[in-house]
Order: sequence, then structure tokens, then C-alpha cells
Amino acid sequence: MSTLTVHKPLERAGAYILLSIFAFLMLAPLFWALLTALKPVGAVFDDPFGLSVDTWSLKSFTDVFKTTPFHIYMFNTLKITFFSVIGVVATSALAGYAFARLKFPGRDFLFMLLLATMMIPRQVTLVPTFILMKEFGLIDDHLSLILPGAISVFGMFLMRQFFITVPIDYEEAAKIDGAGVLRRFFQVILPFAGSTIATLVLLQVMAVWNDFLYPMVFLNSELNRTLTLGLAILRGDMDTQWNMLMAAVVISNLPILVAFLITQKFVIKGIATTGLKG
Amino acid sequence: MTLSASQKEAIAGYAFILPIMSGFLLFLAFPVVASFFVSLADWNLINDPEFAGIGNYIQLFQDPFFWTCLKNTAYFSLFAVLFGMFLSLYLANLIHETKPKGASFFKSSLFLPVILSSVAVALVWQWLLDGQMGMINHLLNMVGLPSVPWLTSPAVALNSVILVAVWRQIGYNMVIFLAALANVPDELYEASSLDGASRFQTFWNVTWPLISPATFFIAVTSIINSFQVFDITTILTNGGPANSTNTLIMMIYQNGFQFFKMGYASGIAYVLFGIILIITAIQTIVSKRWVHS
Repeated sequence: MSTLTVHKPLERAGAYILLSIFAFLMLAPLFWALLTALKPVGAVFDDPFGLSVDTWSLKSFTDVFKTTPFHIYMFNTLKITFFSVIGVVATSALAGYAFARLKFPGRDFLFMLLLATMMIPRQVTLVPTFILMKEFGLIDDHLSLILPGAISVFGMFLMRQFFITVPIDYEEAAKIDGAGVLRRFFQVILPFAGSTIATLVLLQVMAVWNDFLYPMVFLNSELNRTLTLGLAILRGDMDTQWNMLMAAVVISNLPILVAFLITQKFVIKGIATTGLKG
Repeated sequence: MTLSASQKEAIAGYAFILPIMSGFLLFLAFPVVASFFVSLADWNLINDPEFAGIGNYIQLFQDPFFWTCLKNTAYFSLFAVLFGMFLSLYLANLIHETKPKGASFFKSSLFLPVILSSVAVALVWQWLLDGQMGMINHLLNMVGLPSVPWLTSPAVALNSVILVAVWRQIGYNMVIFLAALANVPDELYEASSLDGASRFQTFWNVTWPLISPATFFIAVTSIINSFQVFDITTILTNGGPANSTNTLIMMIYQNGFQFFKMGYASGIAYVLFGIILIITAIQTIVSKRWVHS
């Protein structure tokens, strides 16, 4: 037993109580949202604490789809997320490998240049990126979100840090067998990178799925909206219809919640990596 | 013409970084530079841009609304970062020290808000904090306390925004702190324990110095992120009441995309960029004195 572990029963009990309180503070608002979505309209005010299961209904959920094209928002978000993630994995893995393993003039300078820009707040680029997209004719086009979304300096860094740890012997052996760079990358190195790629995918899914400012600036028409935009606009239209609003919150976050519960190991690992020295 | 192996490798290297470098130039390098030039002009995107020199910056510093937004953003950042870091470190250390049964349940619960969209989080809390129908005031009334105008009083609203932001970010910081805590060698704790150090002394003398790189990382990223607060304030209060929760990024959005004052919006963006750079530089200098390397 490590000396670190607290053994005094009273202290342990105190720790459990504190952690339980915080777990409750985190979960209760989410349960309350779900409960509101399941309750009939009147019950929210008449009987706020009522847990009677027999009155629950999915009416608020169907109402969301009746009043807004929420399934289209869902599809749009899925589409933008899917293509951004494909793009970010491709650009990050290729560049990460090059910066980790290939020798070319200017490599270290370019790498440092990219890293230095990680500090720049994305919003500094908002106005010129908007102008750029306007020039390209991409305003109100999902490509205006997918293209910048396919570039992530952090993703490149994550991949590079992983590739550095793969023993060079594998590659040397492949080199002797006459394998070119492409074959070494795809057949020798990439198969090791599964869990790092999974981490990158999940972090990117979370970032794109939850983005709000960029869709708000770049998209205009109703049928192009993403889930976060749809939620924000639904709130504006249905100001006090909390049942429906909470149902929309549940619908828009359910896919990502399920994805997280299945894969939380990778998400947590990825976030933990960001904080430790690479 | 035949290429040597090292020439081939160099060509492959450039080919491999071509996609990210073109994206970098187009969506990062170019906009950052362009933003500065746009900030020196008056431009509504319809007429040609007119050179304005530092006019936008002069106008900005004379604009009381800018100072309101800056004050709100700074106040929000200071307290959201302080509370967010303190609570997450406290909870991470508690989990690390006691290794409770069900630790993964506690970790997952605390982490759950991180994965939800900030828009959804803000909506849920808007419902909870609603003046008349909200659950929180309902609970307060039940124990005999008066309702609090969480989102409708200029004196309270920004604090409510901080509450929601802290609620959402605790889990994220906690995961990073936990990873750092797991790297502290057990022998050091044993030595400290043999010296008869109390839990607090052990934390202060052993843990705190060793996790300082993680603390520094969280401090820097939290400040950068909190200066860019937009989603929560837009949904929860839309900058109100009486502009008490309007932030710098909201001001950029309003000027750029509601009033189409591109130069002015870029000017605000650059001032924000400058503020973040200065704060990060100060943090880096100060950190030399306390971050363990």
C-alpha cells in the first residue's frame, strides 16, 4: 500500500462526501434537463419535483422535429464533423510523420513556426477568414467550416510526438527491404498509431460538433444550420418552451455523449497528453 | 536524372507537409497578417476599404463600450480561471490521495459537462437559473431564502456566467491535473510521510512543485480560452442586462457581422490578441520562478 493513500476512516468518509456532492452538482443539472424534456408541458410548473414516470412522454422530442428541421441540422453537423475529422487526421498524420522522421531543409524552422501559432486565438482570424471565404464564394457553404477544420497544429503535434516514440528499427528494416517513404508510412508506421488517431478523432469531433461562433458567422440559410445554431435559434423562437428546448438539448448532445461513453479512455488520454510536456 | 536517397526523402517530406502548410498559410498566417491591415482601414465589405491609419484604435480606446467589454472579460477571466483551477486541483488531489472506490465514476461525472456543447450547457443553466420558474430559485424559496435575479440583475449576471463556465471546465482541468499527479514518484511521498509531514505540508512541499508544469499549462490555456468567452454569454444573457455580460469577442461579432465594420472589428481582435500575448508573456516570466523543470 502506498503511503500516499489516506487511511483515516474519517478523512476517507469526508472525501467520499465531498466527491459525491460534486458529482451530484455535475449530474443534477443534466438530469433536470432530461426530466424537463420528458415531462408534459404543464407539469414543469405545477409539479417541478414530480418524478412520476407515467406522465412522461416523448412529445417534446417529436415537437422539436415538427417545428424545426432538426434532422437536417443533425445531418449538417454530422457532415461537417465527418469531413473535418477525415481531413485533420490526414493532414496531421502526414505532417506529423514528416516532422518526426523525414529530413528536409527547413524542417525544424517550419515545425517551430507551426507550434508558435498554437497560441494565437482563433478569433483574431475571424474577420479575414470571413473575407477570404466571401472571395472564394464559400459563405453559407459547409466547406467554409470543413476546410479550416481540417487543419490542426495541435493534431500535427500529437501525431509527431507519437511517431517519435515508434522504434526506428522497424523502418530501418523496411528500408533495407527497399520500401519507399510511402510504403514505410502506410504499412510500417501508421498501423502503430491507432490509439493516437482515435484520440485525435475524438478531440476533433468534440471541437467541431460543439463549435458555435464560426457556423454563426459563415452560415446563413436555415437549411444549412448546424445543431448548435439550431439550438440557439430555437431558443430565440421558443423563448419559454423549456420542455422543447431541453428536448433539443438532449437530441443535439446525445450522439456525442454516447460516443464519449464508449471511448472515454481515448478522450481522457488525449486531454491528459496536452497538459504534459511532449 | 537520378535523385539521391536524401533528395528523395526531402521531396517526400515537403509533399507530406504540403497539405498542412497550405492550410496554415491560408487559414492562419494570412488571416493573422491580414487582420492587422484590415484594422488600419474602414471597410464595410461593400465599398472599397479606406485607409484610416490608427483611427480604429483611437476610436476604440475612446469607446466606453470597449472598456465595459474589456472589464467584463477581465473580471470573468480572473474569477473563472481562479475558481476553475482551484476546484479542479482540489478535486484531482482528493481523488489521487484517497483513491476512492468508484474513482472512475467520480471522474466521469466531473468530466461529463466538458463534452457537451457550450451552447447546450448555457441553455440548461438558463433554465435552472430562470428568475421565476428556475429550479435554483425554487430550491432557495423552499428553504425560506429569497429568489436571486441570477440573469436579470447587472450586479449578479456576470457572476452567474462565471459559475456556469467553472461548472463546465472543472473536469477538463482535473484530467490534466490527475495525469500530472500520477507522475509524482511515490518515494517522495514516502519520504515526506516519514519526516512526519502533514497532508497539507506534503502537498505544498512535494506535490505542488512537481505538478507546476501542468499548473502553468492550465493557467495559460485557461486564460487564453476565457478571454475568448462567447458561446455562454451569448446564449445565457446575450450580453445583458445593461451590457453587464458583453465580452470582447461578442463586440467583435457585433461590429464585424452585425454592423459590418470590418476594420473596427479587426482592431478589437488585435487588441485582444495583444492582451493575451502580454498576459502569456507575464505568466511565462513569472513561471520561471516557480515552475519546476
